[in-house]
Amino acid sequence: MNDSGYDYSVVRGFAYSALFWLVVGLIIGLWMAYELFDPSLNLTPWLSFGRLRVVHTNGLGVGFGLSGIFATAYYMLQRLTRTPLPFPRLARAQMYLFNLIIAAAAVTLMAGMNTTKEYAELEWPLDVGVVIMWVMFAINVFAILIKRREEQMYISLWYLIAMTVTIAVLYIVNNLEIPVTLFKSYSIYAGNNDANVQWWYGHNIVGFIFTVPILAMFYYFLPKATGLPIYSHRLSIVSFWSLIFAYLWTGAHHLMLTPLPEWIQTVAIAFSIFLIAPSWGSVVNGYYTLQGNWEQMRTNYLTKFFILGITFYGLQTLQGPLQGLRTLNAFFHYTDWVIGHVHMGTMGWVTMIISASFYYMIPGIAGRELYSIRLANIHFWLILVGQITWTITMWIAGIQQGAMWKATNPDGFLMYSFLDSLTALYPYYRMRFAAGVVYFAGILIFAWNIFQTVRQAPQTTETAEA
Amino acid sequence: MGINSKPLLFAVVSALVILVGTVVTVFVPMFMPSTQPVSRFVKPYTAIEQEGRDIYIREGCNNCHTQTVRPLRTEVLRYGEYSKAEEFAWDRPFLWGSKRTGPDMNRIGGKYPDSWHYKHMQSPQSMFPLSNMPPYGWLATNKLDTSNSYRKCEILGYGYSEAEVQQQIADYKQRVTSPEYDSKATRDLVTPPALQGELTEMDAIIAYLQKLGRDVKAMEAQP
Repeated sequence: MNDSGYDYSVVRGFAYSALFWLVVGLIIGLWMAYELFDPSLNLTPWLSFGRLRVVHTNGLGVGFGLSGIFATAYYMLQRLTRTPLPFPRLARAQMYLFNLIIAAAAVTLMAGMNTTKEYAELEWPLDVGVVIMWVMFAINVFAILIKRREEQMYISLWYLIAMTVTIAVLYIVNNLEIPVTLFKSYSIYAGNNDANVQWWYGHNIVGFIFTVPILAMFYYFLPKATGLPIYSHRLSIVSFWSLIFAYLWTGAHHLMLTPLPEWIQTVAIAFSIFLIAPSWGSVVNGYYTLQGNWEQMRTNYLTKFFILGITFYGLQTLQGPLQGLRTLNAFFHYTDWVIGHVHMGTMGWVTMIISASFYYMIPGIAGRELYSIRLANIHFWLILVGQITWTITMWIAGIQQGAMWKATNPDGFLMYSFLDSLTALYPYYRMRFAAGVVYFAGILIFAWNIFQTVRQAPQTTETAEA
Repeated sequence: MGINSKPLLFAVVSALVILVGTVVTVFVPMFMPSTQPVSRFVKPYTAIEQEGRDIYIREGCNNCHTQTVRPLRTEVLRYGEYSKAEEFAWDRPFLWGSKRTGPDMNRIGGKYPDSWHYKHMQSPQSMFPLSNMPPYGWLATNKLDTSNSYRKCEILGYGYSEAEVQQQIADYKQRVTSPEYDSKATRDLVTPPALQGELTEMDAIIAYLQKLGRDVKAMEAQP
């Protein structure tokens, strides 16, 4: 094995996959957003909202999010251990398998092969594929950590280890099912237990895909991009362990006021409130890192991606626990407010951090400057304005919807029919579509900028011996 | 810290740390009967209702419709009695959902006649011009596949013999194709002539919807 030369081919492959699934997932998102105020777009069973919604969530959450995570993980692992990838061929095979699974997921979900468990909708043969793919990733993660030439593991590596371990546990436990045919299976859990397992999974898959590895990127690429060391190592240690400890108790805040035993709901509320502390530990660590260098928000095009990204993370982690409180949950749950909440995290925090990480990483491995900083700035403003308009529109829609569901006349009867509460939302749904278009334009510029950067790159010599 | 230079130890400790909350809030409740109480009044789905449930799953109805009425005054006013744990003892997977783009379904059974559902599934906009629900008329053009019905009921532990499953299918077919069926006119309107003497996917999903919330009435009627 060569001592120098890191293997970046798999980093590039996953980065391109991320951009591809990002564009595809957003097109589906726009289509669905339109369907919600114009149902004539439900042209065929394959394009009906009920089937497309899971293609959207899987395509972006897994197709885009996870391939962005794999791209940056393979990069950070090699840089932080100063060790070339131990099994580059295995990593490339994992990349092909990953894309095959996502493509098969899109096709089978559109065909209605769907277990309904949110973010675990894939039928059992694809679940088996996912587990194999994850093991292939984990082999490289632990092999490179064992062979590493850097004694201390940096913060980002802790988060990557936690992700690798936790996703494996979550995915296997929630996808235990008994096959009926190749395309149909039933959960081994029933009723309350199925719900409890599902939301333990659902909450933590968000935690360990949309939080933990994104924090790994944040802790690595923020200091790299700004040239400033992380403010407090101790704070990052406390934040890490308390975050991964508390996260797993909170799934039932998705099941407030359902028939799930009340004590599980109450424990979930308590730990949700506690989670504000470790979440804000990272937020504070990020802000203080910039101490005395805030002019970088103007002078360094990458800094604002990271700082706005961590700000949305901070808002997200305040909003989440508050929504878990019974009284507020009774009002907001099942409304479009929650859709706004989720999209602040995904369109704000996750996409901002992955964008900036790619902007830092890809020119580096391509061996040249970014194609256009100006375009990167336009990308930033479009996705910022698009996302904020999108989420605020949905919050207002959710408040109106929740209020209309609860409104009663002086005689005690309901003031609005369900249909009244739906049709009142159409103006918001149109607004949301428009905001989505703005956001999508920003993403197209992002993809174009990366494409141009790579296309014009000279042949890189940085390839490891296989 | 020493652990930061020991990756395998780090992984093991991380796994233990994440398992504490998991064991307490998820694994332990699985072995407590109080987590999922059962009631003799809540019956398993019939083979046809189960096929309908699987179509509900296939079409992702749960993405817009919840199946749990919360113990809140306006919610009970709108939908009916709030949901009880016992009602879900047979539900694999659970279908509570997380978003109400459409109304809750947990008390839909018996609320409208079958004819209402045939018409509404065919074209929600024909009944509610401003509804955004996708039309599902095409379900009536698909003959219901019952080839796995027995295997499904067997896996789900419903306790029916193969003959009982066949009988349930035959009985339901008899019911909806009979001239006596109270929703026959509407069913014939949405079902292509070639399938009017067969069971369709539309028949099954309506059978499922009509089952929802039915048993809880008997359960609640107990002193």
